[in-house]
Amino acid sequence: MSKTMKTVAIVGAVAAAVTAHSTTPAEAASKEKCFGISLAGENDCAAGPGTTCAGTSTVDYQGNAWTLVDAGTCTEIDLPALADGTPREGSLTELDRDLPA
Amino acid sequence: MGTRQSQFRAALLDPAAPVPDGLTDGAGAPTVKRFDVYRNNVTVALIDALRTAFPVLRKLLGDANFDPLARVYARAHPPRSPLMMHYGQDMPAFLDGFAPLKHLGYLPDVARLELALRRSYHAADSAALDAQVLAACPPETLMGSCLQLAPAVQLIPSPWPLFDIWRYNTVAGAPKPQATAQSVLITRAGFDPEPHALTAAQYAWLHACQTGANLTEAQDSASATDPAFDLAPLLGLLLQHGALTTLTTPKD
Repeated sequence: MSKTMKTVAIVGAVAAAVTAHSTTPAEAASKEKCFGISLAGENDCAAGPGTTCAGTSTVDYQGNAWTLVDAGTCTEIDLPALADGTPREGSLTELDRDLPA
Repeated sequence: MGTRQSQFRAALLDPAAPVPDGLTDGAGAPTVKRFDVYRNNVTVALIDALRTAFPVLRKLLGDANFDPLARVYARAHPPRSPLMMHYGQDMPAFLDGFAPLKHLGYLPDVARLELALRRSYHAADSAALDAQVLAACPPETLMGSCLQLAPAVQLIPSPWPLFDIWRYNTVAGAPKPQATAQSVLITRAGFDPEPHALTAAQYAWLHACQTGANLTEAQDSASATDPAFDLAPLLGLLLQHGALTTLTTPKD
């Protein structure tokens, strides 16, 4: 590739990427954190051993424990209703239901 | 004191080793059972740490296979650092040399990915490069400039469909891995590391950048891998995920 062609390729790519960047919202994530859907001991966390989060949920559907799900699906996940018949739903923010005693 | 410490440590990691001499309880009696309890707890705690450290490996192998593997690993490679969140650094090399799992050739790369995810999680924060800095840079200057990657950025080269394997085992409903080579880029825009699939040419470009190449040299590396390489999608991904920190121009 000639020097000119290379310059065109790089400068063109930079311009295209910058334009695309300024017109798309940042952090268009393909996954989202969904609270209140994990079974006990199966919540996600990326911090690793010696830290205090992964797999630490102790009750099913614990409200402050999260799992990664496809973006846009969190609140549509089917969950069993609460003991009093109130429907349980996943949430993008922490919930105060189903917390360990 | 040094000798006694090494004896104690060696006996902790070898269940067949005798209880070290001179261990007594508060009443001056020998403490064989107490040492055995402690020795067992050390191994169990290390296996637990490895279970947390390598969730995808564990899922791929199943608990029935992972736990014995973790026991062998923990005794051969006890922690070298008190920073337990990085424990397991020798796992890729250990798996490479572990004959019973040779037929699952992708396991060492999965271990590399899981280690890199934790390095990314605990890496320093950084401010993302403003895309306008790139737009404002004159073409001649741009060609000789280097892009610095954020401290949280990690690269894992792989001849396996590494990203697909990770996704299939962590994201519900993800498609099955296809027979294709995928290297992986890890970015961390907020608090959580996020893996992305890379083509061989994209990996070559990033690797060149990481080792100090300017944009012309990085383009050459990528084009040598794939003549049709287009930088735009990769650069867009890097900008979107805050993976770039500074543009170093030649006169800087």
